[in-house]
Amino acid sequence: MNKNLLLFGLVALLYIGTGVLQSWNTALAIFNMGLISAIMALGVNIQWGYAGLFNVGIMGFVALGGLATVLVSMPPVGEAWAAGGLRMIAALAMGAATVIAGVLTYKRMPKGRNRSLAVLGIFLVGFILYRMLFDPARDLIEAVNPASTGYLGGMGLPILLAWPLGGLLAAGAAWAIGKTALGLRSDYLAIATLGIAEIIIAVMKNEDWMARGVKNVVGLPRPVPYEVDLQESADFVANATWLGLDPAAASSLWVKLLYAGLFAVVLLVLIWLTQMALNSPWGRMMRAIRDNETAAEAMGKDVTRRHLQIFIIGSAICGMAGAMMTTLDGQLTPGTYQPLRFTFLVWVMVIVGGSGNNWGAVLGGFLIWWLWIQVEPIGGAIMGLLTLPLPEGSGLKSHLLDSVQHIRLLTMGVVLLLVLRFSPRGLIPEK
Amino acid sequence: MDILNAFVALLNFVIIPATAYGSQLALGALGVTLIYGILRFSNFAHGDTMAFGAMVTILFTWAFQAMGLSISPLPTALLALPIGIAFTAGMMLLTDKWVYRFYRKQKAKPIILVMVSLGVMFVLNGIVRVIIGVDEQQFNDGERFIIKAGDFKKMTGLDEGLAFKTSQGLTIIVTIIAVIALFWFLNRTRTGKSMRAYSDNEDLALLSGINPEKVVRVTWILAAILATTAGVLYGLDKAFKPFTYFQLLLPIFASAIVGGLGNPLGAIAGGYVIAFSEVMLTYAWKKVATYVLPESLAPDGLVQLLSTDYKFAVSFAILVIVLIFKPTGLFKGKSV
Repeated sequence: MNKNLLLFGLVALLYIGTGVLQSWNTALAIFNMGLISAIMALGVNIQWGYAGLFNVGIMGFVALGGLATVLVSMPPVGEAWAAGGLRMIAALAMGAATVIAGVLTYKRMPKGRNRSLAVLGIFLVGFILYRMLFDPARDLIEAVNPASTGYLGGMGLPILLAWPLGGLLAAGAAWAIGKTALGLRSDYLAIATLGIAEIIIAVMKNEDWMARGVKNVVGLPRPVPYEVDLQESADFVANATWLGLDPAAASSLWVKLLYAGLFAVVLLVLIWLTQMALNSPWGRMMRAIRDNETAAEAMGKDVTRRHLQIFIIGSAICGMAGAMMTTLDGQLTPGTYQPLRFTFLVWVMVIVGGSGNNWGAVLGGFLIWWLWIQVEPIGGAIMGLLTLPLPEGSGLKSHLLDSVQHIRLLTMGVVLLLVLRFSPRGLIPEK
Repeated sequence: MDILNAFVALLNFVIIPATAYGSQLALGALGVTLIYGILRFSNFAHGDTMAFGAMVTILFTWAFQAMGLSISPLPTALLALPIGIAFTAGMMLLTDKWVYRFYRKQKAKPIILVMVSLGVMFVLNGIVRVIIGVDEQQFNDGERFIIKAGDFKKMTGLDEGLAFKTSQGLTIIVTIIAVIALFWFLNRTRTGKSMRAYSDNEDLALLSGINPEKVVRVTWILAAILATTAGVLYGLDKAFKPFTYFQLLLPIFASAIVGGLGNPLGAIAGGYVIAFSEVMLTYAWKKVATYVLPESLAPDGLVQLLSTDYKFAVSFAILVIVLIFKPTGLFKGKSV
């Protein structure tokens, strides 16, 4: 435990060092995303560390959480609802009904050509009806003031509600994926999650009626006060001057601290829950399944069901982290979801931190996120030194300086490979 | 006449592009399936291997173009292809030596190898981005078309033009050659036979004196040849952009699984199944329908089932259907 405390102390020093050397504002900004990264790493650690499930679609679940913030917190657009809201609901209901009817027919009818034809017919007719309802509804909604709205808006509820709801949304997607890909070869889950993540992002980019697509939703409501309001409040300014701080800087710090408090509560609750789960009979069963599926099955454990359960829980945590991240950003920008940034970085966090150990995953989240942010200026400085002898304005020099941001990817890949090879149990190994 | 016009439109917008795309997918899926058969894991780095091979080829193509070397009317890239393959094969053998071999010796679980291949993918992706950047690169030269749309109209007097790009023709021909050569190698040569034996039953193959390291090396070289060829052909046909190669991973995996992982014949069939479904579902059928249907029935809309933004959803949907109903694929692949 002493070694672990030391490791956490070292990472804390990194953040404090950033605060002292750069600015506390930067340090807090990195810390807030570090908290969110730690939550994502916890979610992935549940899947990989407890059960050995390889999820390559973290980005998709994170994005679903982001979508939830818009659906929950933005005010509804009355005009759009009047124009095509009901039709849209009818269309979506039609789509859902088609799928349910198709699945029921498949389950109820005896096997044979008749069943295939019936199911195919249901899907064909259902799809045509769906498009007949959906297309005009979409056009009507998107025509309503497209520059600023052009979508249905949300429910106008407090944004904090989006966090559990984002988790729920991600859990739904995870259920659908897990149902099809679990119980088969372990690689198949990886491939299926890779696919669903791409599709979730494609849907969010293209379905403008839902969350404005690549036009982005900006100005999401916040769970904490705005800096401008703080600066205008006499009490706050008085407190800030008492502390010897400039009100503008103090307001920005205070807002970040409030976010950090909110995120930290979520993280602590999750750590407590996951630690409890890990040490419960359920956690022991999960590890038994991970270490030897055949033996666990012989003991009467339903491996596929347990896998499905844990896959859903882990994805839900990722979805929640996604909702928190979008809340922090204050905007939903589907174009910025990059698999390398969201899926693979989180994997590096889990592996480096120590798969199977919740504290390890949390440590990995804080450490790798700090590195991810700080490697770029450091790399830039090194590259600047290296290219110093090259003549100013040469093509090679500018190319090398431009490529600094890609070196981050390279570094992360190398870190992942090195840790997997030489220290596969990570910084804080599983007990 | 209308029927002929409809057929030409179909050929122009569906059959030819889908065949070319299907060939590229088939080559990619063959590489995935070979690695799966011999090394027994899904190689996530395959898309970026394609990008790497294409990148080396592009760099040498530019060098040849600067030197004035050309095999017009064919694109110069064909001349640079063997060099690209050599570099990629060398890169893959080194990767195997430094990375994969350790886990093979350990007899690590397949999922660990999948994760390692993810790390390799990360590194390759970084290398490609650092060297050539993230932007789109054009490296196609030589004759652009085998048949131009205008010439075809003049020749036949039809309203519909038919354009047959050199890159499409080349893709199809190269794929046929590569597939024939691959099957000849697997079925007729000693090394190929030992590879199949190793894939079918590892223990028995080891007992009969097959050198596993040699089999693995040959597999990586074959995968490098297939991946580079697929990458270059895709780049010639569309354009080279590192991120699209990462995105190709999904249709390639879908092709390999639809055909049955580990089964080369299945990979080829899977490639065309995915490509044709993708193109047919995202094609706007209005033109063809207007020719075929009587005027009163002519459609107003585009008659497009899915927007092209969702083409990945098609491969994914097919993948899911196969996983639910026939997890071993159309052509009996390895066990689930």
